[in-house]
Amino acid sequence: MKRTISAKKWREIGQGYFFMSPTIFVLLLFILGPILYAIFLSFHKVELLGGTSYQFVGLDNYSRVFDDERAKIAVWNTFKYVIIVVPTQTFLAIVLAATLNAGLKGEKFFRIVYFLPTLTSSAVLTLIFMWMYNKEGLVNFMLDTLGLPTYNFLGDPQVALAAIMVMNIWSTAPFFMVIYLAALQGIPDSLYEAAELDGAGPIKKFWYITVPQLRPITSFVFIMGLIGTFQLFDQSYIFSAGSGGPDNSTLTVVLLIYQYAFKSMGTMGYAAALAFLLAIVILIATLLQRKFSKEESLY
Amino acid sequence: MKKSMSIGKMILYAILILYAVVTLIPFLWALSSSFKTLGEIVNGGISFIPKEFTFDNYKQIFIREELFTRWLFNSAFIAVVGTALNLIFNSMAGYALARLSFPGKKPLFIIILAVLMIPMQVTLVPNYLILKEFGWLNSYQGIIVPGMINATFIFMMRQFFINFPKEVEEAAEIDGLTRIGLFFRIVLPLAVPALSAQAIFVFMGFWNDFMRPLIIMTNAEMFTLPVGLNTFKGQYISYWNYIMAASMVFTLPVLILYGFFNRYFIKGISFTGGK
Repeated sequence: MKRTISAKKWREIGQGYFFMSPTIFVLLLFILGPILYAIFLSFHKVELLGGTSYQFVGLDNYSRVFDDERAKIAVWNTFKYVIIVVPTQTFLAIVLAATLNAGLKGEKFFRIVYFLPTLTSSAVLTLIFMWMYNKEGLVNFMLDTLGLPTYNFLGDPQVALAAIMVMNIWSTAPFFMVIYLAALQGIPDSLYEAAELDGAGPIKKFWYITVPQLRPITSFVFIMGLIGTFQLFDQSYIFSAGSGGPDNSTLTVVLLIYQYAFKSMGTMGYAAALAFLLAIVILIATLLQRKFSKEESLY
Repeated sequence: MKKSMSIGKMILYAILILYAVVTLIPFLWALSSSFKTLGEIVNGGISFIPKEFTFDNYKQIFIREELFTRWLFNSAFIAVVGTALNLIFNSMAGYALARLSFPGKKPLFIIILAVLMIPMQVTLVPNYLILKEFGWLNSYQGIIVPGMINATFIFMMRQFFINFPKEVEEAAEIDGLTRIGLFFRIVLPLAVPALSAQAIFVFMGFWNDFMRPLIIMTNAEMFTLPVGLNTFKGQYISYWNYIMAASMVFTLPVLILYGFFNRYFIKGISFTGGK
């Protein structure tokens, strides 16, 4: 009897590893292995002439960040981008979700329309916006009609990053809106009914019931937003044809990592070090946000 | 009282309609531009209805850019095969983590959760070097194999299988099916709702991915459409009618897919949001 049990157990172990084998393979070869390899790379100068050669340089790749003017610009651009885009898209998402959830007719139609940017690829969206941002394009025409000043969005370093911000708020807010929509279903009606008895209007109800009730979700949306915005690449790359221009105004950290890794010689190790620093910053931002929102919910 | 209600409703409708217009304008503008002649594009008119309606742009992109069909095929091939593998492998892993016991299960699960937190930029450079070593640059497997599992969806499938009724499996086991036969013939077909939610996200992930193909596919024949579009834009920078037509061709498949999987799509997002 005991034997058959252990045979069965053995079989289950075999099945377990069989079912896990593709995952284990990819984890080792393309995730865990590369992380160790990345650590190694970040301490070396890497040359790709013919084969790959490594030269140990200690912490040089990490200390180099502090003398790198373009890195400073990239960090500053990314920081501005995160600080403006994350709160704006979160706020927009929550307002849209609350409005959609008000039980109006045609909700389904609006939901489908709002979804379109989520479905469309970043490359296509960037091209569409570049076409609209053209000097004589649609956006400038509308600004002009409203009596506002027009801009050379693609060529003016003062506004190029802002143009990308607007585009990305527009395209990511609906995604987070859907997350909020799901969470809104979970708020008990009795809360709103009680508030109504106390004479609260729709705006009061939104601020004093909807927003606080959604706080855990907001925290999640914020973290997702942080992670996404810190990694801005596609839009900057396409917007500036890979350069980060005009005048480095759309240069982001990930675009800089890409340039050092694949567009200039001998800086792959430095790119790996930059990627680690980025990962650490994202991790710290995530932890801070988590801690912050936890403390808040205590009160 | 009643009057204020209807005013409130009007404001809500105004917000909804305004944002719908804001969402639709770029798409309508792109769509209308794709049917305009170059002359109208250059003149910079602001009409949403083309003065001279033409299908020529859609023809021209296939003629002028010989590789356009190839890029379309590359994108479709990578997305379809990549999605199929993800569905099978993520489900297998999710099932094992939910139902089977084997040594190392817990650490594996923790590693999978931890992987979710690591930004892909960290593995970008080493993965490039590894693929180069394998001779997998400019190959389909260079994109598909590293992307054939997905930690988020392994986690989702695990949650799904934890709640999956055990009786179904027990009954099948009595019928003499092996565990593996059971998984593919009984369990997987019953997991279709979870698989559908996964399918659309994974497909979109491959289809819309820009950075990985940009790095791995340096040979123009192996470009996927987003990378191809970017090059195409470089060559035809003032031919916005072509660029918009190409963009529309690229967007259509996802819209069709969304039409079919609409329900699951929302479920999938609320899952990624709810964990």
